[in-house]
Amino acid sequence: MSLKTAALAAVAAIVLLTASGPTRAETLRIGTEGAYPPFNQIDPSGELIGFDIDIAQALCDKMNVECVFVRQDWDGIIPGLLARKYDAIVASMSITEDRQQAVDFTDPYYSNKLRFVAAKNAKVDPDNLKGKVIGAQRATISASYLEDHPFKGAKVKLYDTQENAYLDLASGRVDAILADRLVSYDWLESDAGKNFAFVGEPIDIGDKIGIAVRKGDTKLLARLNAALAEIIADGTYEELNAKYFPFPIY
Amino acid sequence: MNFEVIVANLPKLLEGAGLTLELVAFGLVGGAALALPAALMRVSPRWWLWAPAFAYIFFFRGTPLLVQIFLVYYGLGQFEAVRDSVLWPILREPFWCAIIAFALNTGAYTAEILRGAIQAVPVGEVEAATAFGMSRTLSLRRIILPRAFRIALPAYGNEVILMLKGSALASTITLLDLTGMARTIIARTYMPVEIFLAAALIYLGMTFVFVQLYRLLERRLSRHVVGAR
Repeated sequence: MSLKTAALAAVAAIVLLTASGPTRAETLRIGTEGAYPPFNQIDPSGELIGFDIDIAQALCDKMNVECVFVRQDWDGIIPGLLARKYDAIVASMSITEDRQQAVDFTDPYYSNKLRFVAAKNAKVDPDNLKGKVIGAQRATISASYLEDHPFKGAKVKLYDTQENAYLDLASGRVDAILADRLVSYDWLESDAGKNFAFVGEPIDIGDKIGIAVRKGDTKLLARLNAALAEIIADGTYEELNAKYFPFPIY
Repeated sequence: MNFEVIVANLPKLLEGAGLTLELVAFGLVGGAALALPAALMRVSPRWWLWAPAFAYIFFFRGTPLLVQIFLVYYGLGQFEAVRDSVLWPILREPFWCAIIAFALNTGAYTAEILRGAIQAVPVGEVEAATAFGMSRTLSLRRIILPRAFRIALPAYGNEVILMLKGSALASTITLLDLTGMARTIIARTYMPVEIFLAAALIYLGMTFVFVQLYRLLERRLSRHVVGAR
Protein backbone atom coordinates (compact mmCIF):
# COMPACT_ATOMS: atom_id res chain seq x y z
CA MET A 1 0.00 0.00 0.00
CA SER A 2 2.67 2.48 1.07
CA LEU A 3 4.75 1.50 -1.95
CA LYS A 4 1.82 2.25 -4.20
CA THR A 5 1.29 5.60 -2.53
CA ALA A 6 4.95 6.44 -2.89
CA ALA A 7 4.88 5.50 -6.55
CA LEU A 8 1.80 7.63 -7.09
CA ALA A 9 3.47 10.53 -5.31
CA ALA A 10 6.54 10.12 -7.48
CA VAL A 11 4.43 10.15 -10.62
CA ALA A 12 2.54 13.19 -9.42
CA ALA A 13 5.84 14.94 -8.64
CA ILE A 14 7.19 14.19 -12.10
CA VAL A 15 4.00 15.42 -13.73
CA LEU A 16 4.11 18.61 -11.66
CA LEU A 17 7.82 19.18 -12.32
CA THR A 18 7.42 18.64 -16.05
CA ALA A 19 4.40 20.84 -16.14
CA SER A 20 6.03 23.67 -14.22
CA GLY A 21 9.46 23.39 -15.84
CA PRO A 22 10.36 24.70 -19.29
CA THR A 23 7.62 23.02 -21.30
CA ARG A 24 8.06 21.48 -24.68
CA ALA A 25 4.64 22.49 -25.83
CA GLU A 26 5.54 22.00 -29.46
CA THR A 27 5.50 18.45 -30.78
CA LEU A 28 6.86 17.14 -34.02
CA ARG A 29 5.13 14.07 -35.41
CA ILE A 30 7.56 11.80 -37.19
CA GLY A 31 6.53 8.98 -39.47
CA THR A 32 8.69 5.87 -39.61
CA GLU A 33 8.28 2.30 -40.70
CA GLY A 34 9.52 0.19 -37.80
CA ALA A 35 10.53 -2.78 -39.94
CA TYR A 36 13.94 -1.74 -41.23
CA PRO A 37 16.64 -2.78 -38.79
CA PRO A 38 19.02 -1.39 -37.71
CA PHE A 39 17.56 1.96 -38.81
CA ASN A 40 14.06 1.65 -37.48
CA GLN A 41 12.50 -1.36 -35.84
CA ILE A 42 10.26 -2.33 -32.98
CA ASP A 43 11.90 -3.88 -29.94
CA PRO A 44 10.22 -6.71 -27.99
CA SER A 45 8.53 -4.21 -25.67
CA GLY A 46 6.91 -2.45 -28.62
CA GLU A 47 9.18 0.63 -28.61
CA LEU A 48 10.61 2.04 -31.82
CA ILE A 49 14.40 1.87 -31.84
CA GLY A 50 17.22 2.28 -34.35
CA PHE A 51 19.51 4.78 -36.03
CA ASP A 52 16.66 6.77 -37.59
CA ILE A 53 14.91 7.02 -34.25
CA ASP A 54 18.12 8.15 -32.49
CA ILE A 55 18.81 10.75 -35.18
CA ALA A 56 15.24 12.04 -35.01
CA GLN A 57 15.46 12.22 -31.23
CA ALA A 58 18.76 14.12 -31.41
CA LEU A 59 17.27 16.57 -33.92
CA CYS A 60 14.19 17.10 -31.73
CA ASP A 61 16.44 17.76 -28.73
CA LYS A 62 18.34 20.40 -30.70
CA MET A 63 15.11 21.96 -31.94
CA ASN A 64 13.67 21.77 -28.42
CA VAL A 65 10.52 20.04 -29.52
CA GLU A 66 8.97 16.75 -28.47
CA CYS A 67 9.24 13.88 -30.92
CA VAL A 68 6.11 11.80 -31.38
CA PHE A 69 6.70 8.76 -33.56
CA VAL A 70 3.98 7.42 -35.82
CA ARG A 71 4.42 3.95 -37.25
CA GLN A 72 3.36 3.59 -40.88
CA ASP A 73 3.80 0.81 -43.42
CA TRP A 74 6.38 1.66 -46.04
CA ASP A 75 4.29 1.83 -49.19
CA GLY A 76 1.91 4.27 -47.54
CA ILE A 77 4.54 6.42 -45.89
CA ILE A 78 4.53 9.32 -48.40
CA PRO A 79 0.73 9.32 -48.75
CA GLY A 80 0.57 9.44 -44.93
CA LEU A 81 2.81 12.51 -44.86
CA LEU A 82 0.71 14.24 -47.52
CA ALA A 83 -2.44 13.36 -45.56
CA ARG A 84 -0.89 15.12 -42.50
CA LYS A 85 -0.74 12.01 -40.34
CA TYR A 86 2.75 13.27 -39.43
CA ASP A 87 5.01 16.16 -40.43
CA ALA A 88 8.32 14.54 -41.32
CA ILE A 89 9.51 11.11 -42.42
CA VAL A 90 12.65 9.82 -40.76
CA ALA A 91 12.70 6.32 -42.17
CA SER A 92 15.93 5.87 -44.15
CA MET A 93 14.29 7.34 -47.22
CA SER A 94 16.46 7.77 -50.29
CA ILE A 95 16.31 11.15 -51.98
CA THR A 96 15.07 10.43 -55.50
CA GLU A 97 13.75 12.61 -58.31
CA ASP A 98 10.44 10.74 -58.28
CA ARG A 99 9.95 11.40 -54.59
CA GLN A 100 11.00 15.04 -54.95
CA GLN A 101 7.93 15.49 -57.13
CA ALA A 102 5.85 14.67 -54.08
CA VAL A 103 7.89 15.86 -51.07
CA ASP A 104 10.85 18.07 -50.08
CA PHE A 105 14.01 16.60 -48.56
CA THR A 106 16.47 17.90 -45.97
CA ASP A 107 20.23 17.61 -46.45
CA PRO A 108 21.28 13.96 -46.41
CA TYR A 109 21.93 12.35 -43.03
CA TYR A 110 23.67 9.28 -44.41
CA SER A 111 24.58 7.71 -47.72
CA ASN A 112 23.89 4.29 -48.99
CA LYS A 113 24.93 1.75 -51.58
CA LEU A 114 23.08 -1.30 -52.83
CA ARG A 115 24.45 -4.80 -52.66
CA PHE A 116 23.31 -8.30 -53.50
CA VAL A 117 23.08 -10.92 -50.74
CA ALA A 118 22.95 -14.66 -51.40
CA ALA A 119 23.59 -17.94 -49.62
CA LYS A 120 27.28 -18.63 -49.00
CA ASN A 121 27.23 -21.91 -50.95
CA ALA A 122 25.05 -20.59 -53.80
CA LYS A 123 26.70 -19.66 -57.05
CA VAL A 124 25.12 -16.31 -57.70
CA ASP A 125 26.97 -14.01 -60.04
CA PRO A 126 25.51 -10.49 -60.17
CA ASP A 127 26.69 -10.18 -63.77
CA ASN A 128 24.78 -13.25 -64.84
CA LEU A 129 21.44 -13.61 -63.13
CA LYS A 130 19.65 -15.46 -65.89
CA GLY A 131 16.91 -17.72 -64.49
CA LYS A 132 17.44 -16.46 -60.94
CA VAL A 133 14.79 -15.02 -58.68
CA ILE A 134 15.77 -11.75 -57.01
CA GLY A 135 13.89 -10.25 -54.09
CA ALA A 136 13.58 -6.62 -53.06
CA GLN A 137 11.29 -4.50 -50.94
CA ARG A 138 8.44 -2.83 -52.78
CA ALA A 139 8.71 0.93 -53.25
CA THR A 140 12.46 1.06 -52.53
CA ILE A 141 15.33 2.19 -54.73
CA SER A 142 16.45 -1.43 -54.86
CA ALA A 143 13.14 -2.31 -56.47
CA SER A 144 13.42 0.60 -58.92
CA TYR A 145 16.99 -0.38 -59.72
CA LEU A 146 15.90 -3.91 -60.59
CA GLU A 147 13.09 -2.57 -62.76
CA ASP A 148 15.28 -0.03 -64.54
CA HIS A 149 18.18 -2.41 -65.10
CA PRO A 150 16.44 -5.58 -66.17
CA PHE A 151 18.85 -8.39 -65.45
CA LYS A 152 18.21 -10.62 -68.40
CA GLY A 153 15.85 -13.42 -67.49
CA ALA A 154 15.89 -12.68 -63.77
CA LYS A 155 12.53 -12.70 -62.05
CA VAL A 156 11.88 -9.98 -59.50
CA LYS A 157 9.75 -10.54 -56.41
CA LEU A 158 8.65 -7.57 -54.35
CA TYR A 159 8.03 -7.74 -50.58
CA ASP A 160 6.08 -5.55 -48.19
CA THR A 161 8.93 -5.44 -45.68
CA GLN A 162 12.65 -6.09 -45.84
CA GLU A 163 12.24 -8.68 -43.11
CA ASN A 164 9.91 -10.76 -45.30
CA ALA A 165 12.43 -10.61 -48.14
CA TYR A 166 15.11 -12.05 -45.84
CA LEU A 167 12.67 -14.75 -44.69
CA ASP A 168 12.20 -15.85 -48.29
CA LEU A 169 15.94 -15.74 -48.94
CA ALA A 170 16.40 -18.03 -45.95
CA SER A 171 13.68 -20.41 -47.18
CA GLY A 172 15.24 -20.50 -50.64
CA ARG A 173 12.32 -19.00 -52.53
CA VAL A 174 14.62 -16.31 -53.87
CA ASP A 175 18.23 -16.81 -54.99
CA ALA A 176 19.43 -13.35 -54.06
CA ILE A 177 18.24 -10.10 -52.57
CA LEU A 178 19.14 -6.60 -53.58
CA ALA A 179 19.02 -4.23 -50.65
CA ASP A 180 20.77 -1.38 -48.88
CA ARG A 181 24.16 -2.70 -47.84
CA LEU A 182 23.88 -1.23 -44.34
CA VAL A 183 20.62 -3.04 -43.68
CA SER A 184 22.03 -6.26 -45.07
CA TYR A 185 25.19 -5.74 -43.00
CA ASP A 186 23.09 -5.79 -39.87
CA TRP A 187 21.17 -8.89 -40.98
CA LEU A 188 24.33 -10.77 -41.98
CA GLU A 189 25.75 -10.04 -38.50
CA SER A 190 22.66 -11.59 -36.92
CA ASP A 191 22.07 -15.27 -36.31
CA ALA A 192 19.50 -15.55 -39.10
CA GLY A 193 22.03 -14.34 -41.67
CA LYS A 194 24.96 -16.55 -40.71
CA ASN A 195 24.75 -18.74 -43.84
CA PHE A 196 24.59 -15.78 -46.20
CA ALA A 197 27.07 -13.28 -47.57
CA PHE A 198 27.43 -10.28 -49.86
CA VAL A 199 28.04 -11.12 -53.50
CA GLY A 200 29.49 -8.76 -56.08
CA GLU A 201 30.64 -5.21 -55.54
CA PRO A 202 28.53 -2.51 -53.86
CA ILE A 203 26.43 -0.65 -56.41
CA ASP A 204 26.94 3.08 -55.93
CA ILE A 205 23.90 4.84 -57.21
CA GLY A 206 24.69 8.14 -55.53
CA ASP A 207 22.06 7.33 -52.96
CA LYS A 208 21.64 9.88 -50.18
CA ILE A 209 19.20 9.47 -47.32
CA GLY A 210 17.18 12.47 -46.20
CA ILE A 211 14.22 13.49 -44.10
CA ALA A 212 11.06 14.15 -46.08
CA VAL A 213 8.63 16.97 -45.33
CA ARG A 214 5.58 18.20 -47.19
CA LYS A 215 6.25 20.49 -50.13
CA GLY A 216 6.19 24.10 -49.04
CA ASP A 217 6.93 23.31 -45.40
CA THR A 218 10.11 25.42 -45.70
CA LYS A 219 10.16 26.53 -42.08
CA LEU A 220 10.37 22.98 -40.76
CA LEU A 221 12.86 22.10 -43.50
CA ALA A 222 15.19 24.92 -42.45
CA ARG A 223 14.93 24.01 -38.76
CA LEU A 224 15.70 20.35 -39.47
CA ASN A 225 18.69 21.28 -41.64
CA ALA A 226 20.04 23.59 -38.94
CA ALA A 227 19.63 20.92 -36.26
CA LEU A 228 21.27 18.35 -38.51
CA ALA A 229 24.30 20.61 -39.07
CA GLU A 230 24.49 21.08 -35.30
CA ILE A 231 24.52 17.40 -34.38
CA ILE A 232 27.17 16.73 -37.03
CA ALA A 233 29.32 19.60 -35.75
CA ASP A 234 29.11 18.71 -32.05
CA GLY A 235 29.93 15.01 -32.45
CA THR A 236 26.47 13.64 -31.58
CA TYR A 237 26.19 12.20 -35.06
CA GLU A 238 29.53 10.43 -34.87
CA GLU A 239 28.52 8.90 -31.56
CA LEU A 240 25.26 7.57 -32.98
CA ASN A 241 27.04 6.26 -36.09
CA ALA A 242 29.52 4.31 -33.95
CA LYS A 243 26.65 2.79 -31.98
CA TYR A 244 25.48 0.97 -35.14
CA PHE A 245 28.38 0.69 -37.61
CA PRO A 246 32.14 0.44 -37.12
CA PHE A 247 32.63 2.64 -40.20
CA PRO A 248 31.36 6.13 -41.08
CA ILE A 249 28.13 6.18 -43.05
CA TYR A 250 27.65 9.93 -43.53
CA MET B 1 -7.45 13.83 -59.89
CA ASN B 2 -5.11 12.59 -62.58
CA PHE B 3 -7.06 10.37 -64.97
CA GLU B 4 -4.11 9.89 -67.29
CA VAL B 5 -2.37 7.80 -64.62
CA ILE B 6 -5.41 5.54 -64.40
CA VAL B 7 -5.64 5.09 -68.17
CA ALA B 8 -1.91 4.50 -68.52
CA ASN B 9 -1.92 1.81 -65.85
CA LEU B 10 -5.25 0.20 -66.70
CA PRO B 11 -3.73 -2.73 -68.64
CA LYS B 12 -1.55 -3.60 -65.64
CA LEU B 13 -4.49 -3.35 -63.25
CA LEU B 14 -6.60 -5.61 -65.47
CA GLU B 15 -3.73 -8.09 -65.58
CA GLY B 16 -3.81 -8.02 -61.78
CA ALA B 17 -7.58 -8.51 -61.83
CA GLY B 18 -7.02 -11.62 -63.96
CA LEU B 19 -4.78 -13.09 -61.28
CA THR B 20 -7.34 -12.15 -58.61
CA LEU B 21 -10.04 -14.08 -60.50
CA GLU B 22 -7.72 -17.06 -60.88
CA LEU B 23 -6.91 -17.12 -57.16
CA VAL B 24 -10.56 -16.79 -56.16
CA ALA B 25 -11.71 -19.47 -58.63
CA PHE B 26 -9.12 -22.02 -57.50
CA GLY B 27 -9.72 -21.09 -53.86
CA LEU B 28 -13.48 -21.58 -54.20
CA VAL B 29 -13.15 -24.94 -55.95
CA GLY B 30 -10.75 -26.16 -53.26
CA GLY B 31 -12.99 -24.71 -50.56
CA ALA B 32 -16.08 -26.45 -51.94
CA ALA B 33 -14.20 -29.75 -52.11
CA LEU B 34 -13.30 -29.36 -48.41
CA ALA B 35 -16.68 -28.03 -47.33
CA LEU B 36 -18.87 -30.93 -48.40
CA PRO B 37 -17.08 -33.66 -46.43
CA ALA B 38 -16.51 -31.27 -43.52
CA ALA B 39 -20.22 -30.40 -43.37
CA LEU B 40 -21.28 -34.06 -43.56
CA MET B 41 -18.82 -34.96 -40.82
CA ARG B 42 -20.01 -32.01 -38.76
CA VAL B 43 -23.65 -33.23 -38.72
CA SER B 44 -22.65 -36.80 -37.88
CA PRO B 45 -23.70 -38.07 -34.44
CA ARG B 46 -20.39 -39.96 -34.08
CA TRP B 47 -17.88 -37.84 -32.11
CA TRP B 48 -14.82 -39.07 -34.03
CA LEU B 49 -16.43 -37.76 -37.20
CA TRP B 50 -17.76 -34.41 -36.01
CA ALA B 51 -14.87 -33.52 -33.70
CA PRO B 52 -12.17 -33.12 -36.42
CA ALA B 53 -14.60 -31.15 -38.60
CA PHE B 54 -15.50 -28.96 -35.63
CA ALA B 55 -11.81 -28.30 -34.89
CA TYR B 56 -11.09 -27.42 -38.53
CA ILE B 57 -14.03 -25.02 -38.79
CA PHE B 58 -13.28 -23.50 -35.39
CA PHE B 59 -9.65 -22.77 -36.28
CA PHE B 60 -10.16 -21.31 -39.74
CA ARG B 61 -13.19 -19.24 -38.79
CA GLY B 62 -11.53 -18.06 -35.62
CA THR B 63 -8.25 -16.73 -37.04
CA PRO B 64 -7.64 -13.91 -39.53
CA LEU B 65 -7.09 -14.85 -43.17
CA LEU B 66 -3.90 -12.75 -43.18
CA VAL B 67 -2.45 -14.84 -40.37
CA GLN B 68 -3.41 -18.04 -42.21
CA ILE B 69 -1.67 -16.84 -45.38
CA PHE B 70 1.48 -15.93 -43.42
CA LEU B 71 1.43 -19.30 -41.65
CA VAL B 72 1.24 -21.19 -44.94
CA TYR B 73 3.72 -19.00 -46.83
CA TYR B 74 6.35 -17.81 -44.34
CA GLY B 75 5.57 -20.32 -41.58
CA LEU B 76 5.92 -23.60 -43.45
CA GLY B 77 8.98 -22.32 -45.35
CA GLN B 78 10.90 -22.03 -42.08
CA PHE B 79 11.08 -25.78 -41.59
CA GLU B 80 13.85 -27.63 -43.33
CA ALA B 81 11.70 -30.79 -43.35
CA VAL B 82 9.12 -28.93 -45.42
CA ARG B 83 11.76 -27.48 -47.73
CA ASP B 84 13.19 -30.96 -48.35
CA SER B 85 9.79 -32.59 -48.84
CA VAL B 86 8.11 -33.43 -52.15
CA LEU B 87 5.56 -30.69 -51.43
CA TRP B 88 8.14 -27.90 -51.63
CA PRO B 89 7.78 -27.27 -55.39
CA ILE B 90 4.16 -26.38 -54.63
CA LEU B 91 4.70 -24.66 -51.29
CA ARG B 92 7.55 -22.50 -52.58
CA GLU B 93 5.14 -20.82 -55.00
CA PRO B 94 3.20 -17.91 -53.49
CA PHE B 95 0.40 -18.66 -55.97
CA TRP B 96 -0.30 -22.09 -54.49
CA CYS B 97 0.24 -20.94 -50.92
CA ALA B 98 -2.44 -18.28 -51.42
CA ILE B 99 -4.82 -20.82 -52.93
CA ILE B 100 -4.22 -23.29 -50.09
CA ALA B 101 -4.94 -20.61 -47.51
CA PHE B 102 -8.01 -19.35 -49.39
CA ALA B 103 -9.38 -22.87 -49.85
CA LEU B 104 -8.93 -23.75 -46.17
CA ASN B 105 -10.51 -20.48 -45.10
CA THR B 106 -13.52 -20.42 -47.40
CA GLY B 107 -13.93 -24.19 -46.93
CA ALA B 108 -14.52 -23.66 -43.21
CA TYR B 109 -17.14 -20.97 -43.75
CA THR B 110 -18.84 -22.91 -46.53
CA ALA B 111 -18.96 -26.03 -44.33
CA GLU B 112 -20.80 -24.04 -41.66
CA ILE B 113 -23.24 -22.68 -44.27
CA LEU B 114 -23.86 -26.22 -45.52
CA ARG B 115 -24.26 -27.62 -42.03
CA GLY B 116 -26.96 -25.06 -41.31
CA ALA B 117 -28.65 -25.84 -44.61
CA ILE B 118 -28.59 -29.61 -44.03
CA GLN B 119 -30.15 -29.13 -40.62
CA ALA B 120 -32.75 -26.80 -42.13
CA VAL B 121 -34.11 -29.42 -44.52
CA PRO B 122 -37.71 -30.02 -43.33
CA VAL B 123 -37.95 -33.12 -41.15
CA GLY B 124 -41.07 -34.25 -43.01
CA GLU B 125 -39.18 -34.58 -46.27
CA VAL B 126 -36.46 -36.65 -44.65
CA GLU B 127 -39.09 -38.86 -43.00
CA ALA B 128 -40.87 -39.25 -46.32
CA ALA B 129 -37.62 -40.43 -47.91
CA THR B 130 -37.21 -42.99 -45.13
CA ALA B 131 -40.83 -44.10 -45.58
CA PHE B 132 -40.07 -44.78 -49.23
CA GLY B 133 -37.40 -47.18 -48.06
CA MET B 134 -34.47 -45.02 -49.06
CA SER B 135 -31.23 -45.78 -47.29
CA ARG B 136 -29.45 -42.95 -45.44
CA THR B 137 -27.00 -42.51 -48.36
CA LEU B 138 -29.69 -42.53 -51.00
CA SER B 139 -31.87 -40.00 -49.18
CA LEU B 140 -28.79 -37.85 -48.63
CA ARG B 141 -28.04 -37.89 -52.34
CA ARG B 142 -31.58 -37.51 -53.66
CA ILE B 143 -33.38 -35.48 -51.02
CA ILE B 144 -31.25 -33.87 -48.32
CA LEU B 145 -28.27 -32.49 -50.27
CA PRO B 146 -30.24 -31.10 -53.25
CA ARG B 147 -32.55 -29.34 -50.77
CA ALA B 148 -29.64 -28.16 -48.64
CA PHE B 149 -27.78 -26.70 -51.64
CA ARG B 150 -30.83 -24.65 -52.54
CA ILE B 151 -31.18 -23.43 -48.96
CA ALA B 152 -27.46 -22.60 -48.76
CA LEU B 153 -27.37 -20.69 -52.04
CA PRO B 154 -27.96 -17.10 -50.84
CA ALA B 155 -25.51 -17.39 -47.96
CA TYR B 156 -22.92 -18.98 -50.24
CA GLY B 157 -23.15 -16.08 -52.69
CA ASN B 158 -22.20 -13.83 -49.83
CA GLU B 159 -19.21 -16.01 -49.02
CA VAL B 160 -17.98 -15.82 -52.64
CA ILE B 161 -18.03 -12.03 -52.47
CA LEU B 162 -16.16 -12.09 -49.16
CA MET B 163 -13.57 -14.38 -50.75
CA LEU B 164 -13.13 -12.02 -53.70
CA LYS B 165 -12.40 -9.15 -51.34
CA GLY B 166 -10.27 -11.27 -49.04
CA SER B 167 -8.10 -12.20 -52.01
CA ALA B 168 -6.54 -8.73 -51.76
CA LEU B 169 -4.37 -10.21 -48.99
CA ALA B 170 -2.51 -12.24 -51.62
CA SER B 171 -0.58 -9.03 -52.29
CA THR B 172 1.23 -9.53 -48.97
CA ILE B 173 3.05 -12.60 -50.26
CA THR B 174 4.55 -10.99 -53.40
CA LEU B 175 1.62 -11.85 -55.70
CA LEU B 176 0.68 -9.14 -58.18
CA ASP B 177 -3.08 -9.54 -57.91
CA LEU B 178 -5.25 -6.46 -58.39
CA THR B 179 -4.25 -5.01 -55.01
CA GLY B 180 -0.60 -6.04 -55.35
CA MET B 181 -0.43 -4.48 -58.81
CA ALA B 182 -2.07 -1.30 -57.53
CA ARG B 183 0.45 -1.03 -54.68
CA THR B 184 3.37 -1.61 -57.03
CA ILE B 185 2.12 1.10 -59.41
CA ILE B 186 1.64 3.49 -56.49
CA ALA B 187 5.23 2.85 -55.41
CA ARG B 188 6.32 4.43 -58.70
CA THR B 189 3.66 7.06 -59.30
CA TYR B 190 2.81 8.19 -55.73
CA MET B 191 -0.81 8.53 -56.78
CA PRO B 192 -2.63 6.33 -54.27
CA VAL B 193 -6.03 7.99 -54.64
CA GLU B 194 -6.26 7.52 -58.40
CA ILE B 195 -4.88 3.99 -58.52
CA PHE B 196 -6.78 2.65 -55.51
CA LEU B 197 -9.97 4.23 -56.86
CA ALA B 198 -9.43 2.46 -60.19
CA ALA B 199 -8.75 -0.81 -58.35
CA ALA B 200 -11.90 -0.35 -56.25
CA LEU B 201 -13.98 0.20 -59.38
CA ILE B 202 -12.58 -2.98 -60.92
CA TYR B 203 -13.44 -4.95 -57.76
CA LEU B 204 -16.91 -3.41 -57.85
CA GLY B 205 -17.31 -4.41 -61.49
CA MET B 206 -16.33 -7.99 -60.75
CA THR B 207 -18.76 -8.15 -57.82
CA PHE B 208 -21.53 -6.64 -59.96
CA VAL B 209 -21.13 -9.22 -62.73
CA PHE B 210 -21.02 -12.02 -60.18
CA VAL B 211 -24.17 -10.83 -58.40
CA GLN B 212 -26.09 -10.67 -61.70
CA LEU B 213 -25.03 -14.17 -62.75
CA TYR B 214 -25.78 -15.53 -59.32
CA ARG B 215 -29.25 -14.03 -59.36
CA LEU B 216 -29.97 -15.86 -62.64
CA LEU B 217 -28.77 -19.10 -61.07
CA GLU B 218 -30.91 -18.61 -57.97
CA ARG B 219 -33.98 -17.82 -60.10
CA ARG B 220 -33.46 -20.91 -62.19
CA LEU B 221 -33.06 -23.15 -59.14
CA SER B 222 -36.21 -21.80 -57.49
CA ARG B 223 -38.48 -21.86 -60.55
CA HIS B 224 -40.66 -24.48 -58.81
CA VAL B 225 -41.48 -22.04 -56.03
CA VAL B 226 -44.58 -19.97 -56.77
CA GLY B 227 -43.86 -16.28 -56.83
CA ALA B 228 -40.08 -16.69 -56.62
CA ARG B 229 -38.25 -13.81 -58.17
